[in-house]
Amino acid sequence: MSTALRRALPDTWTLTRRTFAHWARQPAPVLVGLLFPVLMVLMFGYLFGGGMDVPGRGDYREFLMPGMFAMTMVFGIESTFTAVAGDTARGVTDRFRSMPMSHFAVLGGRVLADMLHAAVGLLVLICCGLAVGWRWHEGPARAALAVAMLLLLRLAVLWLGIYLALRAKGPESVAILQILVWPLGFLSNVFVSPDTMPGWLGVIAEWNPLSASAGAGRELFGNPGWAGGSWVVDHPILMAFGWPLVLIAIFAPLSVRHYRGLGR
Amino acid sequence: MPLAISAEGVTKVHGAARALDGFDLEVPAGTVHGLLGPNGAGKTTAVRILTTLLGPDGGRAEVAGFDVVRDAARVRTRIGLLGQYAALDEVLGGRQNLEMFGRLYHLGARAARARAGELLERFALTDVGERAVTTYSGGMRRRLDLAASLIQAPEVLFLDEPTTGLDPRGRTEVWDAVRELVAGGTTVLLTTQYLEEADRLADTISVVDHGRTIARGTPTELKSRLGGDRIDVVVREPLDLAAAGAILARVGNGDPRVHADERRVGIAITDRVSALTATVRALHDAGIEAEDIALRRPTLDEVFLTITGVRRDDEPVDGAGGSRRTGRLGTGDATEVAA
Repeated sequence: MSTALRRALPDTWTLTRRTFAHWARQPAPVLVGLLFPVLMVLMFGYLFGGGMDVPGRGDYREFLMPGMFAMTMVFGIESTFTAVAGDTARGVTDRFRSMPMSHFAVLGGRVLADMLHAAVGLLVLICCGLAVGWRWHEGPARAALAVAMLLLLRLAVLWLGIYLALRAKGPESVAILQILVWPLGFLSNVFVSPDTMPGWLGVIAEWNPLSASAGAGRELFGNPGWAGGSWVVDHPILMAFGWPLVLIAIFAPLSVRHYRGLGR
Repeated sequence: MPLAISAEGVTKVHGAARALDGFDLEVPAGTVHGLLGPNGAGKTTAVRILTTLLGPDGGRAEVAGFDVVRDAARVRTRIGLLGQYAALDEVLGGRQNLEMFGRLYHLGARAARARAGELLERFALTDVGERAVTTYSGGMRRRLDLAASLIQAPEVLFLDEPTTGLDPRGRTEVWDAVRELVAGGTTVLLTTQYLEEADRLADTISVVDHGRTIARGTPTELKSRLGGDRIDVVVREPLDLAAAGAILARVGNGDPRVHADERRVGIAITDRVSALTATVRALHDAGIEAEDIALRRPTLDEVFLTITGVRRDDEPVDGAGGSRRTGRLGTGDATEVAA
């Protein structure tokens, strides 16, 4: 057991560096991944923004950014899924499992690499936000808490992605995920108020973890947000930490268990 | 000789199917053993259990002296695995792959780099070492895969259908590499559907069907004991084929097998010389002109057909697969051929 622990860190680092080597060899997908949210900001901020009503007559781009941060974190599930499902389908995961290496490291390396990727992506998007006129108004401490909350959301989505990928037939299944994340993104408070949706749909949108993170982001950054009403809407920060913690508590152990017993 | 691999009564159930059903195996250290069987016979399941990827439901197995369940971690420090599909990082280069696996075997950065260089050289991949694996040919990929499974100089190497999907040249490349390894004292367990492959590489063979070993021995023993010798006649006139078959039926055992496209008919025999004499005389008397008459050992294909009663494309013989399947061996228990 002690050898397993001693090996966990260097092995995790070796596998994290593997992902860096991927980025160096194939920079295009990484760059596209970083720039896509920027494109979304420009599209919604300048094309659709004029037609949107912002609470308190605030600036639409001030309103938009927290939602875009949260959505970018959720969309990160695609790259996690593709990487893990690809390794499993090609037998690389089996090779790792037949080797005297730390088995925690295979998942740990994925988590570390994807979290670094998410941090860089968030930084790019924050810079983009600053460029289009978005600001934080509640001081650096609250802003840092918002960033931590967003990264926690990415971590939760990461474990969900690992679990789904370990259970998937192959990396091609990512197409299903790509289709499913869009309704998840729009069925939230990111672009419009759930108040404007039909009753039951509005309730789903309010309970969407993405809405919690977007709402908490608006509160912590001091950006304009939708008027409250229900309990979830009034407690976005609690929900924005609660949802990811629940997801991690479910899917991290499930993933580890499934990895250990692959095909058992 | 100490055993490098031993398995006793290993069972594994996948849902309703018994992938392994009392699987036995004994492989002495330093030898090559071939697991021969059709698709779905349980070969891959056996390899996955022996390489600690899968837990058995029953029975026990040891590799390099360690139990694959209780001492899985120790087993992993002594084995190499070459799976059915090249288990490589396709985006990275060949050298990067080997260095990464070397670090994960805890060689240390410098030793991992040195070992990667050594293995690239040995498998003639130095020139393409920096190129992404995606650009490799099937044979090159397989060689790199093999190199990766040799990083820690394993005591026991598992090769699961190592040449499936390779062209003849790629196949020869892999065979040469395996022979070289064996010369260095590594124990090899090889699974294959190609009888030629088992014949060429293996010292001993287990024939596996329905999750159990149904016969074992050296390739020669299997051929002579289970298949018996055969006599083949090639006639000049296709019309004579039936008459030649009738003559062979009197000389040999069982039913003659006709290959109409080659104008050839053959049958199993017991006594080589008397069968040959009787055949030549009878053909002459009947006025049948033979182009060729040959005594030969059966191919492993024929051996497999004889043991399992099922053609390799899984068609039951004479539509009576069920009764013929174990007919020859009675209970279907392993037939011990080795002396």
